[in-house]
Amino acid sequence: MAHTININGKNHQVDADPDTPLLWVLRDSIGLTGTKFGCGAGLCGACTVHLNGQVARSCTVPLSAVGKARVTTIEALSPDRSHKLQQAWIIEQVPQCGYCQSGMLMAASALLRDKPKPTDADIDAAMTNLCRCGTYNRVRRAIKRAAGMPLGEAA
Amino acid sequence: MIANPQRRTLLKAAAGSLVVAIAPAALVDAGAAPAAAAAPASVNSWVVIAPDGAVTILSNTSEIGQGTGTAIAQILADELDLDWRTVRIDMAPVEDKFFNAGWGEYATYGSGGVARQFPQLRKAGAQARAMLIGAAAAQWNVVPAECDTEAGWVVHRASQRRQPYRALAASAATMPVPENPPLMPRERWRFMGKDIARLDLPAKTDGSASYGMDVKVPGMKVAAILQCPHFGGKLASVDAAPAMAVRGVLRVVQLDNAVAVVADSYWQAKKGLDALAPAWDLAKASRHTSSAYNAALVDAVNKGGAVYPPRNSSADKAQADYNTAMAGAVRTVDQLYTVPFLCHAPMEPMNATARVDKDGAELWLPTQTQSNSRAAIAKALGFEPARVTIHTTLSGGGFGRRIEYDFAVQAAQIARATGTTVKLVWSREEDMRHDFYRPAVAIKLTAGINADGMPVALQVGSACESLLEYSRNGADRERARPVDPSPIGEPPRYYNFAAILFRITTMDAGVPVGYWRSVATSQNGFAYESFIDELAHQSRQDPLAYRRKLLKAGSRELATLNAACARAHWEQAPAKGRHRGLAMVKANGSYVAIVVELSAGDGGKVKLHRITCAIDCGTAVNPKNVRSQAEGGIVYALSAAFYGEISLKDGAVEQSNFHDYRLIGLADMPPVDVLVIDSSEAPGGAGEETVGPLAPAVTNALFAATGKRVTTLPLSRSGFTLG
Repeated sequence: MAHTININGKNHQVDADPDTPLLWVLRDSIGLTGTKFGCGAGLCGACTVHLNGQVARSCTVPLSAVGKARVTTIEALSPDRSHKLQQAWIIEQVPQCGYCQSGMLMAASALLRDKPKPTDADIDAAMTNLCRCGTYNRVRRAIKRAAGMPLGEAA
Repeated sequence: MIANPQRRTLLKAAAGSLVVAIAPAALVDAGAAPAAAAAPASVNSWVVIAPDGAVTILSNTSEIGQGTGTAIAQILADELDLDWRTVRIDMAPVEDKFFNAGWGEYATYGSGGVARQFPQLRKAGAQARAMLIGAAAAQWNVVPAECDTEAGWVVHRASQRRQPYRALAASAATMPVPENPPLMPRERWRFMGKDIARLDLPAKTDGSASYGMDVKVPGMKVAAILQCPHFGGKLASVDAAPAMAVRGVLRVVQLDNAVAVVADSYWQAKKGLDALAPAWDLAKASRHTSSAYNAALVDAVNKGGAVYPPRNSSADKAQADYNTAMAGAVRTVDQLYTVPFLCHAPMEPMNATARVDKDGAELWLPTQTQSNSRAAIAKALGFEPARVTIHTTLSGGGFGRRIEYDFAVQAAQIARATGTTVKLVWSREEDMRHDFYRPAVAIKLTAGINADGMPVALQVGSACESLLEYSRNGADRERARPVDPSPIGEPPRYYNFAAILFRITTMDAGVPVGYWRSVATSQNGFAYESFIDELAHQSRQDPLAYRRKLLKAGSRELATLNAACARAHWEQAPAKGRHRGLAMVKANGSYVAIVVELSAGDGGKVKLHRITCAIDCGTAVNPKNVRSQAEGGIVYALSAAFYGEISLKDGAVEQSNFHDYRLIGLADMPPVDVLVIDSSEAPGGAGEETVGPLAPAVTNALFAATGKRVTTLPLSRSGFTLG
């Protein structure tokens, strides 16, 4: 069944079953593998994308629900790692294995757009993505760095 | 000299800490010597220098998050005296000459990527440097001793001549390999010991880093798999028709204990799989249920297992030494600890991509074990190992799970049955239910206490499954004679016990078990450090003072303990309502002490205020990364301590995803302060050594806060949760 969906500003024709999660449309139909599969149940956030700028866990969004929404993936955060979050992520050396980090960055970018100077409570509420390598405190620092805020303790 | 370098950025991360992030330079040479031959040249196996000056350093250690690739590059770049901007890293091919010197195989485990091959890596770099000098000296007709190097150039100061390595690499490779080349002295280290930015991280910020899950091979199909939920069960039969009716499904493959569906894409394969109703043969399957099995473990340690003597001793002698030491005791204390099965749960579920034809096989694997995977896959397919090629991808976490090759053999079998390249993707449910778990363990500790309240002897009784029976399909099970000694781990000989007696009982449950980050230290750390704390409180001594008495003066254990406690202000009272707990371990040549500060409120709600950690890992090649790994181990251990539990019902795992196997989140995190102790000793491990002491530091703090002594994990079983 053919669908047209808008990903990172471009329209794509996709032939997939309507119940196919957006995650697998992105990864298998389009070939954008930056968005990751961690749990398939919306529990870990590795699959986080933006739909019309709002965070969405793409493993729980069926293709049939995407419609005309603008889908944004990690690949579109910047063309060259110049997004202030990506710069902060590198300065703070946030990732370890990195597998959760696409989702983290997409959640963080939506947070900063909604709350340019987020409090710790704002960060707690927005950043519910799971990380097995324990990068959480550096994620928090990097968000504050990107927001131009005091960083707290040295890491 | 490199002219017009691209942006070389020195970034001040925060007061007192500096991260050097160096962007790759445009490799333009001004006024350089004539270019070398067009092909890249290997100076030795580990270092390839391209005509444009790019230097590729090969790593034999998988990148599973621990950053060893960059550490290996730092070591070789210092010994070779390279310009960091020219450095790239790549995975070494799976050949004998790249086997980890300490392990004798191509594998990533035991915190050995740096610690077990540090001298060998340094020597390889120093040999290459000596050969480059030799090549230049030969060209200039001077004595090598008159030459030196400067960041990618050989220089002869007396005649002011210089040559870049890229112009010398081809002839350097023909120079004799010196057996004892001079190593780079510490005062000339520009990379080792510095917070160098990791080479793999930028790609992990833009979705371009490619994991096993992301492999794309032309013509590739995707398989989903369902393994028998009961361990040891087999596939009896399955009607393939319901799967074949799903659009995109190509084939249903029956394996010994599983059924797989191959389709054009993952979702189609999964839908096909979900349509099947396989029948399982449970005749030989495990029937264990956790409540009964855990009770059996406790029974076993109470009965007492067989004595496991130290090397060069005997059971009788070990028992006699213990009895002699116990003669000095005025009373005996014992305590029993229980911990559950734990899963690894890396963020990237198990997967493997395989292509098999009549001549051999090619696999793309997120793996921690290349040479063993190759051997096992070759055996399963009936090939010589040389006919199996392994490409290592990044792993989304390993933690010891990817030291197994079950998923790789499955992918190869499915690919052969299908006749095309197949990527096998496990669901999270399969990953959680078909792990090689950290065993469930019961530990009984008995100590004889003297008139001063100090322990004179320690008896350690452990009951659990045998790792050697299950890991790597039981390849090493013959080593479990008379019993699998893996529960012993690192004996606590740094404490002044006159005798330590180990008893081990293997209690099988039919559950595959394996190497979980920190292995035996994960359960023993909890037991030993909870026990020492209990003994201290019983004799009304401060836990720090008590341990100081038990440790040798001038020892690294004592220095690490003191460093953590000083940093955590242990000897000053915490703020009202806050309480601290302390624990320390020695593991893999490193020393770790952790102080946890928390408060405990109504209804068992725990608030973590601060975690302070000191780690002495000898020479820290990348201290920033050691801090990140230390913190990572602490977070890994926090999830396990508070919530981690895999339980069995009739030989099947009850948990399936992150809703019933809960993990710590960002909002739960206190500040974590890690001090990497400055040392020039040989490197020890840094990837897993903070896991063991974390749980007891928490439970010791909870005792201080509530008077309640927790001897079983997870904490949720005792009513404690993170508020």
